[in-house]
Amino acid sequence: MQVTMTVNGREVSGDVEPRTLLVHFIRENLRLTGTHVGCETSYCGACTIQVDGNAVKSCTMLAVQADGATVKTVEGLADGDQLHAVQEGFWERHGLQCGYCTPGMLMSAASLLEQNASPSEDEIRHAIEGNLCRCTGYHNIVRSIEYAAAKLRGEEPAPPDWTLDFEGVS
Amino acid sequence: MTTSVSAMGGIVRRKEDPALIAGRGQYVDDIRLNGEAVMAFVRSPFAHARINSIDTAAAESMPGVLAVYTIEDVRDLGPVLAQVPVGVLRPLLADGAVHHVGEAVAAVVAENSYVARDAADSVMVDYDPLPAVVDMKAAVTGTDRAHEGAESNVLVTWFSHDWWPGVFELEDHRPAIAEAKQRDDVVVVSQEMLNQRLIPTAIEPRAVLADWNHGYDRVKLWSSTQMPHALAGAVAKTFGLPSNEVHVVAPEVGGGFGAKLNIYPDEILTVFASKDLNRPVRWTETRRESAFSTIQGRGWVATATITGTRDGEILGYELDGIADMGAYSQNFTVAIPVLGLFVAQGQYDIPLAWQVACVQTNTQTTDAYRGAGRPEASYYIERIIDMYAAEIGMDPTEVRRKNFFKKEDFPATTAIGLTMDSGDYETNLDTLIADVDYAGLRSMQAAAREEGRYIGIGVGTYVEVCGFAPSVLAEFGFGWDAYGMPTSFSGSGLVRINPDGSATVIIGTGPSGQGHQTTWAQVVSDRLGIDFDNVRVTHGNTAESPTGVGTFGSRSAAVDGAATYEAAEKVSKKAADIVAHMLEASADDIRFADGGAHVAGSPGHKVTWAEIAEVAYKPHKGPEGFEAGLEAHAVFSPGNATWPFGSHLAVVEVDPETGNVEILRYVGVDDCGNRINPMIVDGQIHGGIAQGIGQAMFEEAIYDEDGNLLTGSLIDYPIPTAGDLPAFELGWTNTPTDVNPMGVKGIGEAGTIGSAQTIVNAVVDAVSPFGVKHIDMPLRPKRVWDAIQKARG
Ligand code: FES
Ligand code: FES
Repeated sequence: MQVTMTVNGREVSGDVEPRTLLVHFIRENLRLTGTHVGCETSYCGACTIQVDGNAVKSCTMLAVQADGATVKTVEGLADGDQLHAVQEGFWERHGLQCGYCTPGMLMSAASLLEQNASPSEDEIRHAIEGNLCRCTGYHNIVRSIEYAAAKLRGEEPAPPDWTLDFEGVS
Repeated sequence: MTTSVSAMGGIVRRKEDPALIAGRGQYVDDIRLNGEAVMAFVRSPFAHARINSIDTAAAESMPGVLAVYTIEDVRDLGPVLAQVPVGVLRPLLADGAVHHVGEAVAAVVAENSYVARDAADSVMVDYDPLPAVVDMKAAVTGTDRAHEGAESNVLVTWFSHDWWPGVFELEDHRPAIAEAKQRDDVVVVSQEMLNQRLIPTAIEPRAVLADWNHGYDRVKLWSSTQMPHALAGAVAKTFGLPSNEVHVVAPEVGGGFGAKLNIYPDEILTVFASKDLNRPVRWTETRRESAFSTIQGRGWVATATITGTRDGEILGYELDGIADMGAYSQNFTVAIPVLGLFVAQGQYDIPLAWQVACVQTNTQTTDAYRGAGRPEASYYIERIIDMYAAEIGMDPTEVRRKNFFKKEDFPATTAIGLTMDSGDYETNLDTLIADVDYAGLRSMQAAAREEGRYIGIGVGTYVEVCGFAPSVLAEFGFGWDAYGMPTSFSGSGLVRINPDGSATVIIGTGPSGQGHQTTWAQVVSDRLGIDFDNVRVTHGNTAESPTGVGTFGSRSAAVDGAATYEAAEKVSKKAADIVAHMLEASADDIRFADGGAHVAGSPGHKVTWAEIAEVAYKPHKGPEGFEAGLEAHAVFSPGNATWPFGSHLAVVEVDPETGNVEILRYVGVDDCGNRINPMIVDGQIHGGIAQGIGQAMFEEAIYDEDGNLLTGSLIDYPIPTAGDLPAFELGWTNTPTDVNPMGVKGIGEAGTIGSAQTIVNAVVDAVSPFGVKHIDMPLRPKRVWDAIQKARG
């Protein structure tokens, strides 16, 4: 079947089987491999993208269901060389280790900040509950999103909370 | 603009991140080769069964199917190689019988994954089910065998007093402890505790892509492995190639935690299929399949016993346990408990009598999962010491302090004959106590109890052993000999100054998120005064790094980092001679800083790295007779392992009506010696703590009595989400090691080793007013509620 959609600002089309998942269309047909597969069963969130402005786990949708939709993947998050605030936040606040969950996290975080410019720590934690990370313990992911929120509000982000105070013996 | 970044304590954004945050990192499954075919497996529905027949005809005749393999096709290649080959090694495909649910029985290769999956589903296997051995205790006492014909399910029992006969002459502490028990001024506190089985759950499933080149009898293999060189050795040995014809690349690896630290049958079978079919062959595990195709961790049951006086002096610590090895021995399977034994006595200078029986069962193989033996060992000592403290009515921090190895004891010898490099446990615990205002917390707890709130405070300490060394441990299995790579766990670092003055650093590690490109660049930038942005670090590539051990056991900084440091030192020595010639000064007076070199005391008298490099590669411009080029390789073999340590504290609140546990605070004070990049160190601790909390509160791999895994998906095996965890508060102390030139110890596993017991100690403390003394992990609400009801009677 033929599907056509706008992905990261460009119209793309392809020939897919009816059972082809949207995530596979993105990865295999479009070769946009930033959208990751961690479970294919809607639990891990590694495949999170935006479809018509909403965060969606792209393993829960068929490619044909996205026919005509506007899709944004992690590759479309930056504006040219200008990183999106959440990308900057993750880089500045060590919000990633292995990076596998990161594209999905970034997309969920970007969607959160589009809806809530000043989320509390609890709201951030709640908003990314559908995105599993096995590396970071989420602490720095939360700090990264707080950084991005401040940036988007035009404020100075809080300083990092790395453990710097020397308190022991040498 | 030149910026050299400090090797010690320098915080700099990671070099790894720009690609990863842009979605342009390259993991194995992101790579596509022309003409590649896809492998899928036929897996056993039985935990233990004889195979009468395998009918592959229907699958073979399906359009798009290229091959269907059974053990008959690959038996000659032998089993999957194991680092410590004690027990039954895993055949590449089931050989006459299956020994756990999900064991691969046949492999299908097809044009695409849909066809491969459909074909695998149409392979008909006729099984004769046999009784399954699932329970660890039944494995020891029962008559059924996990492998037919085996005399016993017990593969080996490790004893603290003779864990390495012939190398260590050790005192058997059992008689003295038995005698102490007879004293009438002692208490004996004993508890059986489960350290449940876990599923590592890296978010990236494992993936492999093999490409055999017949023209050159050479194979290239991309794998999400933590140990590329060992894999290259294993492939070479299996296929009769020299190791230099096997090129393994571990590109971005999406989390490992020990689960990617094995040779797996799929890695060998894709190579075999690629050779057979003359096409690249790929396999990517599904999440569901991961529970069968990737190792699991932990799975111990043990009784811990402390014998001690009423004023807190411990006269003996005993552990009598069983560890579940699963169906086959893979990389380090039966030796995982030995890693536990290394830290069995925790931070305490106490007599030790420890024994752990390793049993084979009809479940998935267990092996290293973050901490690997050390979280288990730390859990047992730290839980039982809390129970002992409760029994004698002493504050748990006091009991610990009373039995610590003292600062002046270091280097300290443990009960099993190992030497701990450095330690200052009291200062570390004091730092924690001061940071949290421990006395204030206890008053808060008492006040809350007055209001009917059940707040608990738990403290847990740990000693880790990492950066495994010395070289002689290779004879115990701490090396890649079994994979045809006779090495000890020495680190490898190569530093090359390129003709344009940039630096390439090649290390022998196989990281999965630990930020090695960043930290190693810091080390080289600092040693050579070279611009941080001008240093490129590569890893996970056997064609580039002369040797390599990979990344595991919190070893990379202490061993490979030290090798890189030494390689940079060698480069700086040679470069100093070149610069001395260029600036007409003495080599001893050359200093490297700010993107080049200058003469000490006259910073204006300088050259840039580009200028130095040009001379290095145009020898006519250099000193008489010097060897052209500017690079050095160092293999670093430390004289000892390193022994980080720490103290953690959790504050929890339990709702006795529901059993629900809320973590109010989590504080860790860790000591990993000098820290290269504190930001990365913090991140490692955070992730480690999260995994320990995952074990303490949520995760458990459960098999039914027939050996079916009931928790194979992310719904029934819930790893922590952001909403489950608190923000972490970290402090630190610094007790450097002298076993490597940077004084660094390692931090990858510390958080995990310190945290499970801290949470359980806190929860038990919270519900102790009901008379609860212990609750087995994971502390899900139902289990906590049950414990309260039971204690209430
Ligand atoms: S791959 Fe879609 S949620 Fe895991
Ligand atoms: S950074 Fe590895 S899973 Fe999140």
